[in-house]
Amino acid sequence: MSGGLRPDLAAIAEMIGEGTRVLDIGCGDGRLLEHLMTTKRVDGHGVEISQPNVNACVARGLAVIQGDADTDLSEYPSQVFDVAILSQTIQATRNPRKVLSELLRIGRRSVVSLPNFGHWRVRLSLSLKGRMPRTVALDYAWYDSPNIHLCTIADFVALTRESGAVIERALAINARGQTRAMRAHAWGPNLLAEGAIFLLRPRA
Amino acid sequence: MVDAQTPTFTRPVSAPGADPGRAMTFGPDRALALDAGRTLAPWTCAYMTYGTLNAARSNAILICHALSLDQFVIGDNPVTGKPGWWPLMVGPGLPIDTDRFFVICANVLGGCMGSSGPAELDPATGEPRGLSFPLVTVRDMVKAQAMLLDALGIEKLLCVTGGSMGGMQALQWAALYPHRVASAIPIATAARHSAQNIAFHEVGRQAIMADPDWRGGRYFASGTQPSKGLAVARMAAHITYLSEAALQRKFGRTLQDRAEISFAFAPDFQVESYLHHQGASFVDRFDANSYLYITRAMDYFDLAADYGGVLAEAFLGSPTRFCIVSFTSDWLFPTSENKRIAHALNAAAASVSFVEIETDRGHDAFLLDEPEMLATVRGFLNSVAQAAGVR
Repeated sequence: MSGGLRPDLAAIAEMIGEGTRVLDIGCGDGRLLEHLMTTKRVDGHGVEISQPNVNACVARGLAVIQGDADTDLSEYPSQVFDVAILSQTIQATRNPRKVLSELLRIGRRSVVSLPNFGHWRVRLSLSLKGRMPRTVALDYAWYDSPNIHLCTIADFVALTRESGAVIERALAINARGQTRAMRAHAWGPNLLAEGAIFLLRPRA
Repeated sequence: MVDAQTPTFTRPVSAPGADPGRAMTFGPDRALALDAGRTLAPWTCAYMTYGTLNAARSNAILICHALSLDQFVIGDNPVTGKPGWWPLMVGPGLPIDTDRFFVICANVLGGCMGSSGPAELDPATGEPRGLSFPLVTVRDMVKAQAMLLDALGIEKLLCVTGGSMGGMQALQWAALYPHRVASAIPIATAARHSAQNIAFHEVGRQAIMADPDWRGGRYFASGTQPSKGLAVARMAAHITYLSEAALQRKFGRTLQDRAEISFAFAPDFQVESYLHHQGASFVDRFDANSYLYITRAMDYFDLAADYGGVLAEAFLGSPTRFCIVSFTSDWLFPTSENKRIAHALNAAAASVSFVEIETDRGHDAFLLDEPEMLATVRGFLNSVAQAAGVR
């Protein structure tokens, strides 16, 4: 972990090579991009849907485009970025499958992080209380949640297989945001991890 | 031969105390080869500067003006006597900070504020050139500005910016002289004029040319000008600079100086009086032929066409940092056209930011108090200046 960066973002940063060309989709206020540009001298670019966030990024000298992951990724040329990052965003897209395939097309490598709806607390809340779960990673009431396509780690792993992606690395995120390597197909992380980070590449 | 003097305005000066700026005349050894295939020599470029050029000559910002504007960005305009057109953007402590940057704005080629154009006097005849002046393009305008900067000893611009046609020039600058432009801020613009935009311009041109006082462009000989035609052109164009929401909010169906409709064709509605005023004040400051020339230059603008139809090719390997700004209610240069530029720049692996600003004030929003736009330009320029070592 470095310089106050959220641990899951630091884990993503650790996957990015020095001086690479990076596209951060859903880059928020740009803290990951800024970190990558200062510590790894990456050629960083961002896409963000919120105007105040974009303006904050531009004011900090980041190259960020206001756009929507669901509609705008098709306009990007293929394989021009070394890494395309989709951090805590895929569950909020309308068409996660299409977004993932665009991601794999745009980046030679892709990094996806997501909350895990298979976590035991989520399962317990739904099965015992009969209510939609609210957890640290998913702290929304069902009616105002931006997360319209939640999935479990196992669900996402299945989607990567269908989308022709190879999982190069997989990390489990715990409740404190700390990460550790996991086996993507194991049942343990799907029950115990709050979220996961995947490093993907398109199958040759 | 290059010679700088006080510009000759084709309109009477109404504010004699205002700074008239300078005009640079380029002799036959500095002829301008135009896209239309003709060569212009001698030719003149009128311009204003604000702030001070630093010793390293690294703090120059070129502002490119829109269709009906001119080089008088701030301060009083000597011809109209009215304040400059970008007072919230440019000045001491403002986003384009004249305490920090050296700002240049040149009247475009084809314009009527001292640069060569159809209103300029032909020394051979002593009359305005009129339609004998060759048609010019946005690229010609930019080439002329580059020659002006050469004459001023400015090799590299920290930034080139402008809204509308000014944004077209900023894009053309970055495409034509990538190594002379550290950054570009094209605002409310497009890489090509759309069919709808050409259509509106044609309405304006036909209004001018249908006015009997236009006289085939030789109105100056009779001491008249096609005021009615030019006013109608301006009225039609002005509608495209606003938005339906802004017109409704400003005027609604409010009547002008009357309690009831008059069952006649004199202006009943406030919006009609407003347009009449816009038309009337425009003819006092703008030359009708110049309006024909500049609208044509905009119509001909299609940056991708010069690069095999692929816009990204215009910016391949560009070292320039771009910040594109659009407005939600701008239907003349809509967000989609601005976004097209941003995507092309991305495809060309250029450094690009894109900001869409929420406003109901339409295309003219770039001239108005839009805090998000001002903050974006300020932040972007700050980081560009920092990277270039400009304090």
